[in-house]
Amino acid sequence: MLDTLKLPERHYLNNGHGLKSWLLTKDHKRIAIMYLISISVMFLIGGLFAAAVRVELMTPEGDLFLADTYNKMFTMHGVVMVFFFLIPSTPAVLGNFLIPPMIGAKDLAFPRINLLSLYLLWVGAAFFFYALFAGGVDTGWTFYTPFSSSASNSNVVPTALGAFISGFSSILTGLNFIVTIHRMRAPGLTWFRLPLFVWAHYATSLIQVLGTPVVAITIVMVAVERMFGFAIFDPVRGGDPVLFQHLFWFYSHPAVYIMILPAMGVISEVVSTFSRKTIFGYSFVAFSSLAIAVFGFLVWAHHLFVAGISTYSAMVFSFLSFAVAIPSAVKTFNWAATLYKGAISFETPMLYAYGFFGLFLIGGLTGLFLATLGVDIHVHDTYFVVAHFHYIMVGGAIMGYLGGLHFWWPKLTGRMYSEFFSRISAILVFVGFNLTFFPQFMLGYMGMPRRYHAYPDEFQVLNIMSSAGAAVLGVGYLLPVLYFLWSLKRGEVAGPNPWGASGLEWQMPSPPPTENFKEQPVVHGEPYEYTPHVAREANLV
Amino acid sequence: MSGHVSPKSLYYSIFGALMVLTAITVFAAFLNLGAMNAPLALAIATFKATLVVLFFMHVKYSSRLTKLVVTTSLFFLAILLGEMMMDYATRGLGVIPPPLQ
Ligand code: HEM
Ligand SMILES: [Cu+2]
Repeated sequence: MLDTLKLPERHYLNNGHGLKSWLLTKDHKRIAIMYLISISVMFLIGGLFAAAVRVELMTPEGDLFLADTYNKMFTMHGVVMVFFFLIPSTPAVLGNFLIPPMIGAKDLAFPRINLLSLYLLWVGAAFFFYALFAGGVDTGWTFYTPFSSSASNSNVVPTALGAFISGFSSILTGLNFIVTIHRMRAPGLTWFRLPLFVWAHYATSLIQVLGTPVVAITIVMVAVERMFGFAIFDPVRGGDPVLFQHLFWFYSHPAVYIMILPAMGVISEVVSTFSRKTIFGYSFVAFSSLAIAVFGFLVWAHHLFVAGISTYSAMVFSFLSFAVAIPSAVKTFNWAATLYKGAISFETPMLYAYGFFGLFLIGGLTGLFLATLGVDIHVHDTYFVVAHFHYIMVGGAIMGYLGGLHFWWPKLTGRMYSEFFSRISAILVFVGFNLTFFPQFMLGYMGMPRRYHAYPDEFQVLNIMSSAGAAVLGVGYLLPVLYFLWSLKRGEVAGPNPWGASGLEWQMPSPPPTENFKEQPVVHGEPYEYTPHVAREANLV
Repeated sequence: MSGHVSPKSLYYSIFGALMVLTAITVFAAFLNLGAMNAPLALAIATFKATLVVLFFMHVKYSSRLTKLVVTTSLFFLAILLGEMMMDYATRGLGVIPPPLQ
């Protein structure tokens, strides 16, 4: 049957040609594609900095870079990956593209603001590139004071402004999603019929809107202190450097959930589609997203356990950090229960989902190690922490993003990629990832501190393993670029619903027309109805 | 947009109140109330901000959804300040003093 499928004659990609039709578009789908290209470029740049770090760490001596240069390498790696890749990734690309069709709408509530948020990301990135070419920045992505405010002589202010401006991009995206989800749902699409992807993005948007302004102002305070000599964080003149850490992590702990929640939304969609079952405990999964958004704001000072906060408050924050793991665990158990007795299969998006389970599990559980006061004193600022957050941000968030990209690629472009190569790349990513980051747990536990370009000889073997793994991981990430590009011209035509999935977005043609739906869709049923007739319509049985 | 139009006089009186409160702030800055200096200034400022939000920003006449948004933001602000004060207020509490040299 599949060979009789044809691409629709008119769709959002050929509705208007030339650069102007893209740069001035109000179509959420085109904006999503521009986000995709932009953040892919940033991912590549961030990856090059990571490669530089891993090459330096292959030998115990600091022989490739001076200590100062090395500081700049990991700082720019972190800044690019966090502010210009991971925070926009799933929401701005997949959320942007999919939230309107998933709720049966033509576009987001504020299409022009959507375009503005993309431009803001570009402006923020421009500031970052200025800082880069002016000689880089060396404070770490966390901009800790008083180093950033009174000691560092690198380009702190331009980088900070870049992060500040891209923060507004994030706020506007969140605002847009909240209003869209409240106001533009199709008739019959009640809150508890929404796809869990939409719930996850709703929770993410709340964090973006409520948290980002705090970090934005904090960053401005650092800039003001640097430029005009105000004594806000400088202890010599009565300022308080720990105050910076409080304010920074009030946003940045929730921000880690900005990165992981959307990926969790992707996983819910993928898991139910490829086990052909409704999600186990829908409302628990939905509410756990909201719980993460709220509880995520209560735990930030677990980053400050050794920074001099009071023993009493450290105990409270430790306890709350344990509590925040509960909603994540609820999700994980429910996904596992969804797989149970499902007709599970092994297409590429699902391979990424399996990878997500394993890696997110390890990342989340080691978070509990770190939340334990005594253990954290031992492993704080070691490679153990580095491994922890990479297991979640790379192993969880990026696996989810890539899984989603593979899942919806046929919807974005109308064509299929090579299943063979995509499975290979999923496996390379999983193997390469573990080879890179598992040794870092061991290194950290043995006491190797983070952010130094030299280390004692006995750590070399594990560091070489880690660098070798990074090379494998790099290949795993580059492969998709090749077969995705190849698929644009040569890929098999996918048809509207190649996976036989149940969401509204699969009822549009692929690629969809600019207005998404010819007629306003009306929703009659529950989400994730995998009955035999759905599968039959998709030619799967 | 919601069509509520308040009489001009209301805006003028709110403006007047803000000015009077500013004067009080300046006046209070010259009093020495010890530990109460900052709390008093903050209390006046909070009251002024409330007036601005309720009247100039029309929250008093807005839908319940808007009010919910405002309350939610305040709730998260309370978390920020509350948990931070929890640290500052208990510094040094429960710390076992180091043994004498
Ligand atoms: C399961 C709940 C989690 C707990 C209890 C937890 C706990 C912690 C703790 C205590 C630290 C501080 C360690 C130290 O510096 O000594 C930490 C660091 C970190 N965590 Fe988690 N974590 C959790 C989930 C996550 C998630 C979901 C993400 C990301 C998506 C994440 C990202 C990070 C990052 C980026 C850092 C280090 C930042 C830095 O210092 O550069 N964590 N985590
Ligand atoms: Cu945290």
